[in-house]
Amino acid sequence: MALLEKTKVVLLACGSFNPITNMHLRMFELARDHLEDTGQYRVVRGIISPVGDAYKKKGLIEAYHRVEMARLATESSDWIRVDNWESQQNEWLETAKVIRHHHAELLTADKNNDDVDSVKFAKRRRLEETECSYENTCCSHTRTDTAQLKLLCGADVLESFGVPNLWKQEDIEEIVGRHGLVCITRCGTDVDKFIHQSDQLWKHRKNIHVVKEWVTNDISATHIRRALRRGQSIRYLLPDTVVNYIQEHCLYNIESEQRNADVVLAPLQRYSSGTGE
Amino acid sequence: MAGRIPLVLLACGSFNPITYQHMRLFELARDHMHQTGQYQVIGGIVSPVSDRYGKQGLALAKHRLAMARMALQNSDWVIVDDWESQQPDWTETLVTMRYHYSRIAEKYQRRISDTPLEQKPASCVPQLKLLCGADFMDTFKVPGLWREDHIEEVVGRFGLVCVSRGSLEPDRAIHESDTLCRHQQNIFLVREWIHNEISATEIRRALRRGLSVKYLLPDSVIQYIKEHNLYTHDSELMNKDSKLRPLTKQTVED
Repeated sequence: MALLEKTKVVLLACGSFNPITNMHLRMFELARDHLEDTGQYRVVRGIISPVGDAYKKKGLIEAYHRVEMARLATESSDWIRVDNWESQQNEWLETAKVIRHHHAELLTADKNNDDVDSVKFAKRRRLEETECSYENTCCSHTRTDTAQLKLLCGADVLESFGVPNLWKQEDIEEIVGRHGLVCITRCGTDVDKFIHQSDQLWKHRKNIHVVKEWVTNDISATHIRRALRRGQSIRYLLPDTVVNYIQEHCLYNIESEQRNADVVLAPLQRYSSGTGE
Repeated sequence: MAGRIPLVLLACGSFNPITYQHMRLFELARDHMHQTGQYQVIGGIVSPVSDRYGKQGLALAKHRLAMARMALQNSDWVIVDDWESQQPDWTETLVTMRYHYSRIAEKYQRRISDTPLEQKPASCVPQLKLLCGADFMDTFKVPGLWREDHIEEVVGRFGLVCVSRGSLEPDRAIHESDTLCRHQQNIFLVREWIHNEISATEIRRALRRGLSVKYLLPDSVIQYIKEHNLYTHDSELMNKDSKLRPLTKQTVED
């Protein structure tokens, strides 16, 4: 019954998803393979949480469209889904708060002895369903298996921890110390060195899973938007359904790229206007 | 796009299995050739190599064809052609090019003769160019792989569209070969800014190890691979100790 001893993990990816690309989707697949390969974890779900419009990033189009594209992109996945809670908040929210929200949701679901998966979400694997019902019937008396929530990110997010005024120190502590990170890196980027050089990250190094990506798949959303502005093909870089959606709604053009052009990014506004830490 | 030269792009290779990277090559090449202002890309052909090629881990052509067809079923301009893979022996790339060119020329002639004289279009005869990835140019240097007169005709008569990953390697390959250098105006180098190195070798490796390949190739192809249990440790051993057919065939003929 080794399976039952495994820690359940929910992976959460926060970001603009402007638009979502195959690279974002690959990160989930790589992270799940890596965590399950350790023999300690069972990844039960992936959540994509697009940032709200109040983030004020240059060229960020309406959350409505970004959520819809992510939804289309994950239609073929049996374990990744999109959550629009973050994108519907009026103000920009720190990632730590988004994690707190999803963590609370997991706890609530668990307290109600309510299998989040089967009740709320139709997209599940039959295999998992059997496993869960087995757990519910046989092991409910020893039920301590609330899933862990881990933040899924690229190496750039980890490195952004070092950018002044972008993150609150206590937030980093909460994200890495309490929950954990799964960080996808390309061959060549030295995340280990970055962790080594930060006392805070070093302290929680056991909570940081570094996953090497062997197949370089550097499809940044910036590249996609640039190609679209120039009338070049973006096919096979993101799912066909998303390509069609972008075309139908004429989403990315020279004007949309000018959105928020002179606005300071919300996190920078918030932290630099304060006491100046 | 009036007055432009109609162009067909042909990609030869194993497609073992086809990946998004192969499919991207066509998209990048078409955009680039349109931007030259001289060409209008009217079609793309994927031509999987025959089983006789003798490459290690090469799955049966019928599977490679089926996967390529599935992958491209939503493309309105790239098709899969089985002529090369159906030949009893491995076919030189040049021979495959000649075959496809004769078909294109035939079709063009038929269209021209069907059109009444006063409506005859001013469009030129279509051209055929070989579409290849960055590493392809290096194969010209491999002893015994290419006949010199074949390189001459492939590059001189037809032409190459080569997609590179932002490195200078294709430039170097041209510089280092007198034949390629002489036909430089017939070699179109396309820079790929988005690094997207989804090699079929990596796909097979991941599959052997039970790792996910989702989003690297179409779901329909992944499904097909699973159903037919295509890439395993055993399949990778196929042709393990045999020589590539080009190496033996051309030696005998010389």
